Amino acid sequence: MAIKSLEELKAIRDKLKDHVGVRDDSKEKTKVVIGMATCGIAAGARATMIAMIDEISKQGLDNVSVIQAGCMGSCYAEPTVEVRIPGQEPVLYGNIDEEKGREIIRKHIKDGELLNNLIIGKPFESI
Amino acid sequence: MGKYRMHILVCGGTGCQASESKEIITNLEAALKSVGMENEVQVVLTGCFGFCEKGPIVKVLPDSVFYIEVKPEDAEEIVKEHVVKGRKVERLLYEEPTLKEKCETHKDMPFYKKQIRIALRNCGLIDPENINDYIAVDGYQALGKIITEMSPDAVIEEMKKSGLRGRGGAGFPTGLKWEAAMKSEADQKYVVCNADEGDPGAFMDRSVLEGDPHSVLEAMAIAGYAIGASKGYIYIRAEYPLAVKRLELAIKQAMEMGLLGKNILGTKFSFEISLKLGAGAFVCGEETSLLRSVEGNRGEPTNKPPFPAQKGLWQKPTIVNNVETLANIPPIFLMGAEWFTKIGTEKSKGTKVFALAGKINNVGLIEVPMGTTLREIIYGIGGGIRGGKGFKAVQTGGPSGGCIPKQYIDTPIDYETLTSLGSMMGSGGMIVLDDTDCMVNIAKYYLEFTVDESCGKCTPCRVGTKRLYEILTKICDGKGEEQDLIDLKELGNIIKDTALCGLGQTAPNPVLSTLNYFWDEYVAHVREKKCPAGVCTSMLSYFIIPEKCIGCRACTKVCPVNCISGELKKPHLIDNEKCIKCGACQNTCKFDAIVKR
Repeated sequence: MAIKSLEELKAIRDKLKDHVGVRDDSKEKTKVVIGMATCGIAAGARATMIAMIDEISKQGLDNVSVIQAGCMGSCYAEPTVEVRIPGQEPVLYGNIDEEKGREIIRKHIKDGELLNNLIIGKPFESI
Repeated sequence: MGKYRMHILVCGGTGCQASESKEIITNLEAALKSVGMENEVQVVLTGCFGFCEKGPIVKVLPDSVFYIEVKPEDAEEIVKEHVVKGRKVERLLYEEPTLKEKCETHKDMPFYKKQIRIALRNCGLIDPENINDYIAVDGYQALGKIITEMSPDAVIEEMKKSGLRGRGGAGFPTGLKWEAAMKSEADQKYVVCNADEGDPGAFMDRSVLEGDPHSVLEAMAIAGYAIGASKGYIYIRAEYPLAVKRLELAIKQAMEMGLLGKNILGTKFSFEISLKLGAGAFVCGEETSLLRSVEGNRGEPTNKPPFPAQKGLWQKPTIVNNVETLANIPPIFLMGAEWFTKIGTEKSKGTKVFALAGKINNVGLIEVPMGTTLREIIYGIGGGIRGGKGFKAVQTGGPSGGCIPKQYIDTPIDYETLTSLGSMMGSGGMIVLDDTDCMVNIAKYYLEFTVDESCGKCTPCRVGTKRLYEILTKICDGKGEEQDLIDLKELGNIIKDTALCGLGQTAPNPVLSTLNYFWDEYVAHVREKKCPAGVCTSMLSYFIIPEKCIGCRACTKVCPVNCISGELKKPHLIDNEKCIKCGACQNTCKFDAIVKR
C-alpha cells in the first residue's frame, strides 16, 4: 500500500480531489460537516451527529454523508454544522442541538429551506 | 434545491439589529408577497457576518451577492430589481476603497474577512481521521517536492527567507534554529515538536492537533530532512487525549502509506515519529525541561548555552518547534516563502493564532495577519464586549504576559510592539477584561499558577514568586501597605533578571505590567482599602436595599452564619461583622435587593 514516488502521490491526490470534494465544488454527495474537536464534543456535538445520522436514514436520503472535522474556531457557537450541497455555497450553522440538527436534515437538505436565526458567518478565508 | 429558488440572508448580529435588520426582513417579505414570490424566495435571519462597520448586511443566494448598508426602504428595490429581474442593485454593492471597484461577492473583498487561515487552513474542513482528506488538499506534496528536488541547504534558505518565527512564545527565527542544528555534526539528530501547550486558556495547538494532525507530521519530516535527523518526538500533554488519539492514528496511516518511515516516497530519506506524553508540569513547555523529561528525568531547565541545536536530546543536536510554527511550514513550501513575506509586518511575517476569551461575545480561535490591531480583533472579529460593558484591558501571553490597557487599542500586534508595551505575544492567549475585573486580582491569579508550577531549581523563582504572591494576597485581603507596592516592583525586576528559565523570568510580567498601567487600582487597595472593580471580597460588604426587600426571608434560609435578621414581610438587615461574604444571599434574592460594594 506504500506510495512509491511523488508522481504516484500526485495521481492519488488528483483522483481524490473529485471524490473527497473538500472545496465548494464537490461533485457528488451532499456533505454535513460537524465540528468534532474537544470544544464541539463538550458542547454536545456527538449527540447532534447521532441524531442527524438517524434523521438522514429516517428520511431515506442516500446521497448525504456526515463528516467529522476539527475546530473551526467559532467556539462560542458550538456545536457547529456546515451544510455543503454540490453546486451551492456552503452554509454554516451554530448552536445546533439534536432537535435543530434534525430540522437541518428535514428543512434545509430535503426542502431547501434555510433555518432562521442559526446561520453564523464564516469569518475567515483559508489559503 | 427544494422549494425555494433563492434565499435572502439578513444579518441579525447585534451591530446590524441596532440598524433595523428586522424591519428590512418585514419589508422584504411584504415586497415578495406583492410580486407573488413568497413561496419561491426565502428570507432568513442569520447571525453576525462579521462586517459590522458596513451593516446592515444582506446576502443573496445562490448568486452570493453581498449588499451593504442596506436600509428598510431598499427592500422593495432589491426584490423588484434583483429577485424579479435578475439585476443587481449596484449602489448597494461594496466598493473596496483601494480598488475603487464594486465588489459583488465577499470573495472579492480583501479586508472584509480579517482572518487569513494558514496554520488552521484545514481545521473544520477535513476529517482529521482520514489521511485521504489531507492528501486531497495537497497534503505531503511539500514533503515530496522537498525530498525529491531540493537540497537541505535550499530548504533552510527558504525557511530563512520566509521570516517565520517561533509561535510558542519566544519568537526566535525558525530558519536560524534549523541552520544551527544542520551545522552541528553528530551521528544522530532529533526533531521535537512541543505540544505541551501549558498556558491556561490556550488551545491553539490543541485545535491543530485535533483538526489537522498530518500537517504537523509532514512539517516534522521536512525539518528532519533539512537538519539531517531521522527521528522525531512529539511531546504532548496527557490532558489532550483526543489529540493523542488522532496523532497516533495519523502516524499509523502515514506509515502505512509510506509517507513516514523508511525510504519515504521511494527516496533515501527515512523519518519516524513517536509520541511522548507529558505529566502535567507547566515548566515542561520550556525546551530544556521538555528534553530532560523526554529523557526520563524530572522536568527542570538546564543552562543555555549549550543550546539544544548543539546539545539537546541525549546531548545530540535537536530542534524544538511549537505546533503552530510547524503547521505553517507545508504552505510556505507549497506557496513559496515570498508569498508568506507579503503577509504580516516587516519583522513579524505571517499570521498568528489567538485564543480569544474573557468578556467578549465571539469567544473562540482566530488567525489574523501580524499587524492587525487590538481594536479590529475585539470589536471586529470578537463582536465587542459581552453585556455592553466597558473595555478595560487585554491580557496577552498567558502567565508570562502582561495587560494592555484601552489607550493602546489601536496598536498593531506583532512580537516587537507587544514587548515594547510590557507584555508579549506568548503562545497566543488573549483574554479580554472589562470594568468588573480587578487588575490586582488578575495579577494574583497568575502568580498563584506560576508559584504552583515553579520547578524549584533556582532560588529567584522558587522563593521570589512565592513572596510576590504573598504580597498580592495581603493586598487583596485589605491588609496591604505602601511599602508593599515598592517591594512588588523591586522584587519583580530582580526575579526577571536572575531566574534560570523563561518561567521565572516572565512570571513577574503580570505584576509589573498592571503596576505600570493600573497604579491607581493598587493604590486604592492599599491606601483606601477599596477594590474599585468590586471583586476583592474582603474589602466589600453585602447590603440589603430596604426599598427593594420584601422580607421573603429566602436569604436568611441560605445564610451559613445566620447573620441576616428581620421580620417577615419587612426589609431585612445583614450584620457585616458576622458576614463571611460567601454571596449566597445575593445569588438567592429574586428581587435584586442585595448589592456588594
